[in-house]
Amino acid sequence: MNHDKVEKNIGVMIVLIIVAISFGTLVELVPLLFSSQVNEPISGLEPLPALELEGRDIYIREGCNTCHSQMIRPLRAETERYGHYSVAGEFVYDHPFLWGSKRTGPDLARVGGRYSDAWHRAHLYNPRDVVPESNMPAFPWLFENELDGKSTGAKMAALRAVGVPYSDEDIAAAAEAVAGRKEIDAVVAYLQQLGTLLKARR
Amino acid sequence: MSSFWSGWIILLTAVSLILITWILFANRKREREPDSTEKTTGHSYDGIEEYDNPLPAWWFYMFVITIVFGVVYLLAYPGLGNLPGLLGWTQIEQYQQRVDKAEERFRAERDRYLAMPVEEIADDTAVRKMGMRMFGNECAQCHGADAMGSYGFPNLTDDDWLYGGDPASIKATLVNGRQAAMPAWGSILGEDGISATTEYLMQLNGRDYDAQQAEAGAAHFATYCVACHNADASGNQALGAPNLTNGIWLYGGTREQIAHTLRAGRHGKMPAFADTLTEDKIHILTAYVYGLGR
Repeated sequence: MNHDKVEKNIGVMIVLIIVAISFGTLVELVPLLFSSQVNEPISGLEPLPALELEGRDIYIREGCNTCHSQMIRPLRAETERYGHYSVAGEFVYDHPFLWGSKRTGPDLARVGGRYSDAWHRAHLYNPRDVVPESNMPAFPWLFENELDGKSTGAKMAALRAVGVPYSDEDIAAAAEAVAGRKEIDAVVAYLQQLGTLLKARR
Repeated sequence: MSSFWSGWIILLTAVSLILITWILFANRKREREPDSTEKTTGHSYDGIEEYDNPLPAWWFYMFVITIVFGVVYLLAYPGLGNLPGLLGWTQIEQYQQRVDKAEERFRAERDRYLAMPVEEIADDTAVRKMGMRMFGNECAQCHGADAMGSYGFPNLTDDDWLYGGDPASIKATLVNGRQAAMPAWGSILGEDGISATTEYLMQLNGRDYDAQQAEAGAAHFATYCVACHNADASGNQALGAPNLTNGIWLYGGTREQIAHTLRAGRHGKMPAFADTLTEDKIHILTAYVYGLGR
């Protein structure tokens, strides 16, 4: 084959590039879409309730996932510190995933129940109040901003369209469940349920 | 993974490996033509031309080596669909081996300490080192790396214990957690009652106080507070009701802070560790915390 022909014919080159890069997608990604291991929720996994769902969106808005991963790898050093390693079935209802790839702060995959609500509130208001050596930013506006719940139902409907089993009742009750609550309540509620389904004594 | 997808992965992986190899070899220009220094690709940009030389041999053989490495790797480790790989390696098995190895190495020592009473091991150097590590991971976020606590989170280095500082109480706190329940008295006492009771607490702690208000506050205290905090305000560790006479204030000791506690109540919570830490580690952590308070 003469590569000159490919290099001089942009149409052929586009087709060949697509063929070349699609091998990775076809081999590594496509089979996962049909794998029970990543599509079946672990026992007890429920879609996030309205308040927790809003908390998750605030978590994304504030960029928590840029410094905190939510993925405990099966390495002893990690499971000693954080608890049971993460499994695919825990993230079936996560759209998008918040696994993250960088840990400026600790992993949060199993932070649920580890601290009291009061600790989370104090820590988010000003992390230095409880952890003097912390370099995490403070998020005082979460204590002032109020949720109106106008789009909560629509978010749930959108998630249902991609396979999260929200019921009509969930969606109808969503606005009422969050309206008037402060953003901090939503974030703390979200954090307190993270990773609580798998427990392992270490 | 179903056998269809397993086959799909194996087939596509093999096809891509063959294609890569074929492209590499089919395009290989073996020898430089005798007068090739004069031969260019015909590209000319701003007078800069490009020689049409073969791939450098080191580069070509590096490419071949990566392909061979890929094939060997895929055969040795799990990668081709459901094939387990010739080495039989799995990620979870490797993880389990490391956990087991650590258990084997440390479990016996921890079990030895578990069999000893907390009072005896609280000063043991190894116990203090292990305890400090665990404290750093599990407790320091609230109680501080120095265990001196912070607003709302008790100091563990002094002699004042909300739920008791004997080994059994500390262990119970760690295992089951604690939930404080100071009710909100704002609606019952009213602002006058809150400020009167605050003055009485000032008097109990030997601080400046308004005598008239404190007298009214003493009456409120006798009605509402003694059930948990005791008639002499010395507290009750069975309920986690703090001693109100020793000048130690978990939520701040200014008039405003005390009044706020009275008005809005407090619900301090210590999480339970029964589900996350094993018994031997809780024992060592108990000894560490017990040792801090001495």
